[in-house]
Amino acid sequence: MAEGGGLRVEGLKSALAGPFTLEVARGAVLAISGASGAGKSLFLRMVADLDPNEGEVGLNGVSRASLPANQWRRRIPYVAAESGWWAQTVHDHFAPNQLDRARSLAERLGVGAAPFDGPVDRLSTGERQRLALVRAFILDPPGLLLDEPTGPLDPVSVQKVEVFLQERLAAGTAIVLVSHDPAQGARLGARRMRMVDRKLQPEATA
Amino acid sequence: MISLSPTDLVLASSLIALDAGVSIALRLQLHRQLSWAATRMVIQLIAVGFILRFIFALNNPLATLAIVVVMGAIAAREIAARPVRKFRGLAGLAISGATVGLATLVTAILALTTAIRPHPWYDPRYAVSLVGIILGSVLNSGSLALDGIVGGVWRERTAIEAQLGLGVDFRTATLPLLREALRRGLLPIINQMSAAGLITLPGIMTGQIIAGMDPMEAVKYQILLMFLLAGASGVAALVVAELALRRLSDTRQRLRVDRLK
Repeated sequence: MAEGGGLRVEGLKSALAGPFTLEVARGAVLAISGASGAGKSLFLRMVADLDPNEGEVGLNGVSRASLPANQWRRRIPYVAAESGWWAQTVHDHFAPNQLDRARSLAERLGVGAAPFDGPVDRLSTGERQRLALVRAFILDPPGLLLDEPTGPLDPVSVQKVEVFLQERLAAGTAIVLVSHDPAQGARLGARRMRMVDRKLQPEATA
Repeated sequence: MISLSPTDLVLASSLIALDAGVSIALRLQLHRQLSWAATRMVIQLIAVGFILRFIFALNNPLATLAIVVVMGAIAAREIAARPVRKFRGLAGLAISGATVGLATLVTAILALTTAIRPHPWYDPRYAVSLVGIILGSVLNSGSLALDGIVGGVWRERTAIEAQLGLGVDFRTATLPLLREALRRGLLPIINQMSAAGLITLPGIMTGQIIAGMDPMEAVKYQILLMFLLAGASGVAALVVAELALRRLSDTRQRLRVDRLK
């Protein structure tokens, strides 16, 4: 399975959703829209292997089943719509050798030094979201699963995140993102699909 | 030894009546609960007294084992019942049962075959009493540690999944919870040991002294028991936390909160 580049999903299903079969080439982005509860997050979580599922998934020719789950997720991180935090301050969420890159990346996405060195509970929702993205971006992964990455962001921040995503795409990352904004998909040059009743279908007016 | 007569006990029960009187006077609404608890206590203890007398008279290893198993099963049920969120199905009972079994067996057998060495080693007078004391500690530590893991995983589920989503392995993501649960599980025995003799006279020691034993002999028993209880607490906290964490994950290192009710 999964020869060549990009993300390949084949017969991915669970008791709750699917089956899904699709491909996202290297440097391509798939934007999924759909009503809440339709199964968008479920799909991303199944690809990340965070929910029980069956089916074949591979990234750049490496089958998911051949890797321990944590190594798989390291290659294609999943960033949830609601960010989770496990330490007091933001910089405690990064390994010491990642700190400099994380800091400059946060600054690029419009999060200054003060929030970065402060306690997590002082952050605004938008700052949290961008910092959660930074945690995934600094892994330089070949794939990304982003659940409403710019949901709580203001237009300026949205643009900053999108510019960064464009760079990742140019570098060959395969991205699947959930987005309610059709214009975002268009700006990123995404293939668009709609989740209806836990199944994916091509966007009608693509 | 000074034997107590029923009259002595009735006299002492007037203190319960005093408590009830306070409850009624201050409208604490506790008098019903209080008298029910007191009645239960009396019935339970009298029943246990008869059962123990019977088991001691039998002096049969199977009968001893049977009562030990019943006591352990009750402790296991209590441990599994503690967390607000419980495991679906029988997993909770399986976890607490294994915990009680392992922690109690290891420490009780160690004590009965090395330090205490009654003849025969399963002499119910020693075995049943020892298991009873150990179970108290196992129940305490086991339930605190289990509650720490289950409650902690539920509370921190977003943070744990955020780490899993970034490729952090399950063990690393849940290590702070494991540490916290073990800490909680070991606190009671640490308190008990540091308070022993200063703030409280441990029950066993008091009992033996009243029953006529030389204080130094009683103290030696108490020290041995404290070590046993510390061991049992440690084993119980570790086993219950480890098994609960395993049950909350799977071979693909997912966080399986769906296995909780």
